[in-house]
Amino acid sequence: MTDSLAAEPAAVLRPHAEDAFADELKVLAAVDDRPRPERWRLSPWAVATYLLGGELPGGQVITPKYIGPRRIVEVAISTLATDRALLLLGVPGTAKTWVSEHLAAAVSGDSTLLVQGTAGTAEESIRYGWNYAQLLAQGPSREALVPSPVMRAMAEGMTARVEELTRIPADVQDTLITVLSEKTLPIPELGQEVQAVGGFNLIATANNRDRGVNELSSALRRRFNTVVLPLPETAEAEVEIVARRVDQLGRSLDLPPAPEGFDEIRRVVTVFRELRDGVTDDGRTKVKSPSGTLSTAEAISVVTGGLALAAHFGDGVLRAGDVAAGILGAVVRDPSSDRVVWQEYLEAVVREREGWKDFYRACREVSV
Amino acid sequence: MTDAGGAGVTDAGGVRVTGAEGGGPLLLGVRHHGPGSARAVRAVLEEYAPRVVLIEGPPEGDAVVGLAGDIGMVPPVALLAHAVNEPGKAAFWPLAEFSPEWVAIRWAVARGVPVRFIDLPAAHALAMAEETEETEEGETSGEAGCDGDGGCDGDGGGDRADRGDCAGRGDREDPGDRGDGDERADGDERADGDERGDGDEGPGVRHRDGVGDRGEREGSERGGGGEGEAGSGHGSERGPAIESDPDPDPHSDHDPDLGSGSGTDSGSEADPGRGPDAGPGPGPGPGTGPGPRPGVGAELRLDPLAALAEAAGFDDPERWWEDAVEHRGGGAGRQRGGGAREFDPYEPFAALGEAMTELRATHGDGGHRRDLVREAHMRLRLREARKEFGDAATAVVCGAWHVPALTARTTATADRAMLKGLPKVKAEVTWVPWTHRRLARQSGYGAGIASPGWYGHLFSVPDRPIERWMTKVAGLLREQDHPVSSAHVIEAVRLAETLAAMRGRPLAGLTETTDAIRAVLCEGSDIPMELVRDQLVVGDVLGEVPESVPAVPLQRDLVREQRAVRLKPAAAERELELDLRKETDAARSRLLHRLRLLGVAWGEPAMARTGSTGTFRESWRLRWEPELSVRVAEAGIWGTTVRGAATAKASAEAAEAGGALADVTSLAERCLLAELPDALPVVMRVLADRAALESDVGHLAEALPALVRTVRYGDVRGTDAGSVAEVAAGLAERVCVGLPPACAGLDADGARDMRGHLDAAHHAVSLLARTTLSHGTPIPVDGAGLLDRWRAVLRTLAGRDRVPGLIRGRCARLLLDDGRLDDAEAARLMSLALSPGTLPTEAAAWVEGFLSGGGMLLVHDERLLALVDRWLAGVSGNAFTDVLPLLRRTFAEYEAGVRRTLGELVRRGPGPGPSGGTGGRAGSAPAAGESLPGFGPGLDTARADAVLATVRLLLGHREGGAGAGQGAGEGGARSRAGAGTEGEGEGEGEGGGGNGGAVSEREGAGV
Repeated sequence: MTDSLAAEPAAVLRPHAEDAFADELKVLAAVDDRPRPERWRLSPWAVATYLLGGELPGGQVITPKYIGPRRIVEVAISTLATDRALLLLGVPGTAKTWVSEHLAAAVSGDSTLLVQGTAGTAEESIRYGWNYAQLLAQGPSREALVPSPVMRAMAEGMTARVEELTRIPADVQDTLITVLSEKTLPIPELGQEVQAVGGFNLIATANNRDRGVNELSSALRRRFNTVVLPLPETAEAEVEIVARRVDQLGRSLDLPPAPEGFDEIRRVVTVFRELRDGVTDDGRTKVKSPSGTLSTAEAISVVTGGLALAAHFGDGVLRAGDVAAGILGAVVRDPSSDRVVWQEYLEAVVREREGWKDFYRACREVSV
Repeated sequence: MTDAGGAGVTDAGGVRVTGAEGGGPLLLGVRHHGPGSARAVRAVLEEYAPRVVLIEGPPEGDAVVGLAGDIGMVPPVALLAHAVNEPGKAAFWPLAEFSPEWVAIRWAVARGVPVRFIDLPAAHALAMAEETEETEEGETSGEAGCDGDGGCDGDGGGDRADRGDCAGRGDREDPGDRGDGDERADGDERADGDERGDGDEGPGVRHRDGVGDRGEREGSERGGGGEGEAGSGHGSERGPAIESDPDPDPHSDHDPDLGSGSGTDSGSEADPGRGPDAGPGPGPGPGTGPGPRPGVGAELRLDPLAALAEAAGFDDPERWWEDAVEHRGGGAGRQRGGGAREFDPYEPFAALGEAMTELRATHGDGGHRRDLVREAHMRLRLREARKEFGDAATAVVCGAWHVPALTARTTATADRAMLKGLPKVKAEVTWVPWTHRRLARQSGYGAGIASPGWYGHLFSVPDRPIERWMTKVAGLLREQDHPVSSAHVIEAVRLAETLAAMRGRPLAGLTETTDAIRAVLCEGSDIPMELVRDQLVVGDVLGEVPESVPAVPLQRDLVREQRAVRLKPAAAERELELDLRKETDAARSRLLHRLRLLGVAWGEPAMARTGSTGTFRESWRLRWEPELSVRVAEAGIWGTTVRGAATAKASAEAAEAGGALADVTSLAERCLLAELPDALPVVMRVLADRAALESDVGHLAEALPALVRTVRYGDVRGTDAGSVAEVAAGLAERVCVGLPPACAGLDADGARDMRGHLDAAHHAVSLLARTTLSHGTPIPVDGAGLLDRWRAVLRTLAGRDRVPGLIRGRCARLLLDDGRLDDAEAARLMSLALSPGTLPTEAAAWVEGFLSGGGMLLVHDERLLALVDRWLAGVSGNAFTDVLPLLRRTFAEYEAGVRRTLGELVRRGPGPGPSGGTGGRAGSAPAAGESLPGFGPGLDTARADAVLATVRLLLGHREGGAGAGQGAGEGGARSRAGAGTEGEGEGEGEGGGGNGGAVSEREGAGV
């Protein structure tokens, strides 16, 4: 959080959204003549355009940051505008963090007011902590106080972000209740409080599958509007995402590019989608879904792993055998129930499918 | 609402007449099923007070329109027109509480103002539909009904079309097309745009009945009108109307069609459905698949709404309709404001009329060629009314698309000429009850309105629609134990309004409210959202019609069928024996089975008196109770013919079946008995889906036998059992995969259940394999491969340690019986199972599994007997008490003779091996002793000779016959003979196309 670190102008590995897309934000702000909520850098419409991309009247093109249903983005932005907190749910790999970062960047121009939720997240990271040297030297004072990102956001009317909310212990989570409902953060040690000013809001992300870890209390949950981010809608889009990402990863791992592997990628994505959706691509056959999430991210790692196998131990061409073991590992998370799911899928779907014989055989080999 | 009207009225003054030059008849162009249009119509009628109301609808309906005022008439209802001689040919005009036509009818009837329907008579429409269909698609026509309906739609279509037009949106779906009236159109929609092939799914079915048509027409309307209208609904009343545009997303998720929105659909040839619609249309050549061209430009089937929207720069016609038209009048006033609604009720009509005039000036009939004929008829009827009541006293409620046509200057002669020579059938019109679900496309009947519940809400609430809606939703969710507080409701309303503002809409519509409900009330979950959609957005509203309405066509069709099969309904009970090999009897059986599906329990299956259980015999107990007539009337909502209605009902039942897998299987069986090939694919699909998700192997195994039986029957009855066989094979496949894990770690009771499943599945798989191998009809299932896989599973189970002894033993036995386990291997398995290290109870369970169901095995194979004997002798005293009940159970099942023989064998002790005399297992019986097992060491020839004569006599002099019964071929024979007698054995015996080969012995036993 300290500014000294961020000040370095040297090329960072990954710049913040507001820096990486500073130009687009500037252009949008210039064009945007619609009413803006208090302390918002852009109007809700412009925020939506920033996220979803589009062409401005002046001909400038805004790149899409998030590819997905417009409706969802609109609900998310409207939620922020109503001063309700926003909870983004989704399985891993659905761009929750990405969306929250860009929302914060577009709305407040700053995506760094971030609390990373972990099992060890303490109350201090949400409320405030103390600089003990100062505290001992001068006693409790505002100077000795170390504000949390949430506190700063309240004071400055910015958007705060909490990542992985459900990983935070329940008692710490509940600290947010006062913040969200009373919009105030009392500091009993000083007999003071920090009251939120207009423009303050909070975006939390949580993993769908983790709901059981530290389920939100209903009191807290009530303070959030919930938006569920879906997995990629079409197989094409997902193949595209996987292929591009595999390509990038492969290059950084010095793996040879495998253009013929495209079919194999499609196959992996198809298997993942079918198992995830519980229905085959042609919509004719239902299948059971395994307990794993089978996210796009996992598909990427299966393909990358297969590519490494092919490169180092095979002839460099990605084949069914290279991905079969990876798929098995991704699908069968629970040895008893998932194995049945997988075998059923193999027998009922894969075996019959035109042109999948090699894949079927490869899978049978590793499954037994 | 009255207020709204009231205010408007005063300003409006009486003179503003839409469409016509001052003082002419009042032309109210509406969007079908648009609550906004409905409110506006009511307001205008109040103000204008015409002395006659003309409504777009079949003129045959004039006779029954008075019933609309009956206290027993509760919308939603539908006006049903059907051809008298062919009840399958029918068309429906559904009317909901919020339909402008309904509002106009009610208004007029309540005031004694005459109502006249002015559309093309159903007599022509139904006949024309037929023609069209002939041209277009020969295939379905068989079911004339469908097409017919379709046709109706066609006419009706006209209406719809109108609606479509009015609605504009209509087109998007196929409204326009509807003009053409294809049924399949609906099909498509429903089917989600699959090809008409889909039709099979549900829609197809419906068509047949005629229901289909309705489907279509609705389809169209719904498509179009549905959403948009909703919007309008508000519009008029509250002013700005909330628009509901359902279309945006919610639906789209479900049905592509809707989603597609008007604009889209046009583009896609993809939707076969539409294509056809379009095709059939009057104009375009039949069969032209592509159907309506996209949007505006298309000469075929113009979608007026899309055209107008595009002109206005909107890509979504629905939204354009709501924002531009529905809100236009009252746009200013916020509903919640409740305050001034300065809103001129005439204005929307005038504006729309102008727009349509413009459009038609450019595009002519927009490709809806049949419309021209319909409009000619409308003009004629209008002329009549004007002559009779005067221009100023006449009001017309019709699709906005027709408004320009009604003001066109044509001569009566020209109009009459257009109507000349139209084909004609005898048609009748009556009212039938309808439901919101049926109005909604989701139901498959597709009324074309995606959210009747929402429209109804918009139409009926006095003010604050969003707040009231959210409160309703909260109430529903609370009933279901979802914690929803008032704070939630407040936030949901705020979010909906913010969303509307952000999307630039004047008021929140269904999309916005749905998004808000999902985000706030449902916490992002789609499950409660589904509930909301089902219970509120669509709603559970059921219409009623008074008893005095004329008979439904289903009744008529039933009478015809009864006559055809010479079965008279009589109050006295009587038994009926049917031989399905005879044509008439088969038809009777079909009729009775279909009626049973429809809940008309005229005949109940009875135990056959002859005791024969052959598949070609059926016994029924017939009794016609007076209340069955009521049931028939109720069943009328499913279709207009017995066959069609039964098909529709079965399909719907399959879709809704929530129970066990076995329920769906039995439904499939009933469909087959009732010979409803169109319902079967739907049922099978549901079954396959259900099976795929079923994780309990027991349920799968339970469902399998009935299904296989179905394949078998299908075979006997000559129906195509291919799809059933495929599903059965899929089911068997799943059992194969799921069985081994399911068998691990079972307790004694679980093992016993599983053993039952195992037996059932085994017989089913064998039967299925045999059926697929042996019979003439090609069945796309690899029976032999399936059987191999099944045996591999049995083998795995037999050899797996963690599997309970009972199951292991059973598997070994089943394999042995099939000849897939040689004797040495069986002996090995047994000695393994009975080895001293095994728990005695476990071993006894194995013995039970292996030996139950026929003890001849032990009689024939002394080696096995010796193994059992040795094991039993070695069981310790304590353990013996535990083992005893199991053994007793096993051996108690044996026939007395077998038990006796075994006892003797045991008493004799392990003597010299049995002779090979028993046949089959010669190999296993190495010793060539002189004695037969069980008959003591020596043969007393003298005594034997004494018996010989009698035996000869008994056997009819057949030498050596004694052994044949059981001994027959190989080991397999034995078990079969035992088990076979029960069920399938016979079935095969009789039904079989003779290929008894494998089972020759069985025939012996069965017969």
